[in-house]
Amino acid sequence: MDLLAMLAKVLKSNGLIAAFVIIAIVNLIAYKLAGISKGRIHGSAIAILFGLVLAYLGGGSKGIATLPMFAGIGVMGGAMFRDFAITSTAFGADLREIKKVGLVGVLSLIMGLITSYIAGVVIGYALGYRTSVDLVTIGAGVATFVVGPVTGAALGASSEVIAISIAAGVVKSLAVMIFTPFVAKPLGLNNPQSAMVFGGLAGTTSGTAAGMAAVDPKLVPYAAMTATFYTGSGCLTFPSIFYFITKAIFG
Amino acid sequence: MVIYGVGLLAFCFLAGTYLGDILGALLGVKANIGGVGFAMLFLILLSNKGIDAGWLDKKSQEGIAFWSAMYIPIVVAMSSIQNVAAAISGGMVAFLGGMLGAALAFILIPVLSKMSGK
Repeated sequence: MDLLAMLAKVLKSNGLIAAFVIIAIVNLIAYKLAGISKGRIHGSAIAILFGLVLAYLGGGSKGIATLPMFAGIGVMGGAMFRDFAITSTAFGADLREIKKVGLVGVLSLIMGLITSYIAGVVIGYALGYRTSVDLVTIGAGVATFVVGPVTGAALGASSEVIAISIAAGVVKSLAVMIFTPFVAKPLGLNNPQSAMVFGGLAGTTSGTAAGMAAVDPKLVPYAAMTATFYTGSGCLTFPSIFYFITKAIFG
Repeated sequence: MVIYGVGLLAFCFLAGTYLGDILGALLGVKANIGGVGFAMLFLILLSNKGIDAGWLDKKSQEGIAFWSAMYIPIVVAMSSIQNVAAAISGGMVAFLGGMLGAALAFILIPVLSKMSGK
């Protein structure tokens, strides 16, 4: 009786369920580490970094799912469940709250998306990416690590470029978490108004929440109020308006 | 019932994706244009309506809230199935792009805050 082979068979024939266990363990370790950082760094960013490491260890074009035993993770993280779960995050957005965000909130959201786009396209172009699909996907990734893959998948970007876009989003999220406490004072980030502007500009919900909490926990909801709409607006505008702008510029 | 919430979410998702495909076809690109964004808009509108009108009760809302809570784990799973081995060469793009994005966001905080003060 080969117990190991039997276990591998159970994992293989129940792929999606096995994925739940594996991802749960990855999250557990990541959030424990985040606890050690005293909330400075949000668990979600660490978990996504771990995910990218797993993908690297998997080695193939489908990351960890290249190994048949972990193919179920490919189902859990595939386009269908991903877009379904992303859609669900819109739940809880209160229409009355949206009205409270006001003109400055909307303006900071728009500016946040535009600056991410510019950052991604400028850096991408400088380092040799030339097609409009690649450039807009990288720009979308700078917006957030979710807008990147959604845009890339919608436009048919390669997995390689999608991986870069996720990594770019994680880098921005981590940068926001780490640097916010240091720059809060010189930037006047100490009242509800500026917190709302900050949420709209930075966008990454985990990044702004963790960064803001280190400055003043009372301001977290204000930053979150605008940041919540960032990913949704990004998913709406990057594969459409920004893509067409890119196409118009780069062909 | 929980399934009502899941069903509503699934309906919004399909409707948004469908609209994104139609938009892509109309604009002559082989892509889904903003499908997830439209799906989110539908969900915001319908769930707010449902809660106000009372037909989306607590149990039904749990059906949506569950998937919302699964969002980060699913994103983690998504990260782990990307072609990272091939993307390593593009690591610099990710690092510089992310850093520049964060820097631009920070720089604009005082500018936009001042505008709101007036």
